[in-house]
Amino acid sequence: MSDKQIIDRVTNAFAGAGGFDSDGRLHSRLAALAERQGLLDVSYRTIDSPLGLLLLAATGEGLVRVAFSCEDHDAVLARLAGAISPRILRAPGRLDEAAHQLDEYFAGKRRGFNVPVDLRLAHGFRRSVLEHLRRIPYGVTQSYAAVARAAGNPSAVRAAASACSHNPLPLVVPCHRVVRSDGTTGEYLGGPEAKRALLAMEAAA
Amino acid sequence: MTRTHLVESSPGPSQTGRAARSRDAAVRPFEEIVAEHGPVVMRVCRALLGSVDAADAWSETFLSALEAYPKLQPGSSIRAWLVTIAHRKGIDQLRGAARRPQPVGDLPELPATDAASAGESSMDDDLRAALDALPPKQRGAVIYRYLADLSYAEVGELLESSATAARRSAADGIASLRKHFSKGART
Repeated sequence: MSDKQIIDRVTNAFAGAGGFDSDGRLHSRLAALAERQGLLDVSYRTIDSPLGLLLLAATGEGLVRVAFSCEDHDAVLARLAGAISPRILRAPGRLDEAAHQLDEYFAGKRRGFNVPVDLRLAHGFRRSVLEHLRRIPYGVTQSYAAVARAAGNPSAVRAAASACSHNPLPLVVPCHRVVRSDGTTGEYLGGPEAKRALLAMEAAA
Repeated sequence: MTRTHLVESSPGPSQTGRAARSRDAAVRPFEEIVAEHGPVVMRVCRALLGSVDAADAWSETFLSALEAYPKLQPGSSIRAWLVTIAHRKGIDQLRGAARRPQPVGDLPELPATDAASAGESSMDDDLRAALDALPPKQRGAVIYRYLADLSYAEVGELLESSATAARRSAADGIASLRKHFSKGART
């Protein structure tokens, strides 16, 4: 036997048949242990929706980010790593309830969300805007000017629009219910078509 | 709404300053680390401890890594760092100093012994025995150089010797294995 054959034999011997963690049990166990030991700062999962694959991420305090696939989920997670903590694992448990409620919402069976949210990604006026958005009821729209007024700064219409377009929790914090004064839908993180679809769905319900 | 407003509010998930900062620091979500290096750490754990204890050592390695990860120096070799943690876990377990695995409770169960499913016992008991019979430095050098694909410098650091010593240990280890197998008339 040559050295090369020996080395090949060593490298092959411990690879294990059937691939690495093909049933995901090792990973699930790691995530569960990490959660139990308080080491899981951000957990995430994805769900299918009529608007495409959605990324849901949560801290121990609550849902912290909802992202459309057009935002690039990998990039979103990398930004969460920088902004919150790199201790991030795919771990569905913490997000099951949010996923379930979003499913119900898209099925037309739910009009409001009842999950803890963590608004730490929004600061100052933007945060006030998000707090206000949470109170706009299902099926109702408001203008950016009205939102600026309600958030405590009537002249900050552009800042209010910016807060909507940077909303870290679209859908759950319903920035899609804010439209331009001329009645057109305006910008949306998930694209203007997604916004129109949501408004149409809520109007029809 | 003005045109300027539309430009400013174009889709862009968070503040650009923050995004740029996180790119500079190259902060990767730990999930990516597990996905990229999980298989190699498992190979090393299997080689160090055998299939039965490998899964626990793997979990403990990644839990320790997760805890320390935010403080890892940028630019460090993540693979070498993980293998070093696995090495220490391996030593702990071999010394019997490892905490026994906590009661699993509601944790997902591990594959009972993945030895059976992986077929390792039938695959290469011989190699396992021959590897375990090597002096510790040779065994370590073979595992960390060839299974973990670390550089000789990294292996030297891990084994608290030098790159030169690590290179010699790996060569000696491979030579012993070759001798063992030519004698055993098993190909």
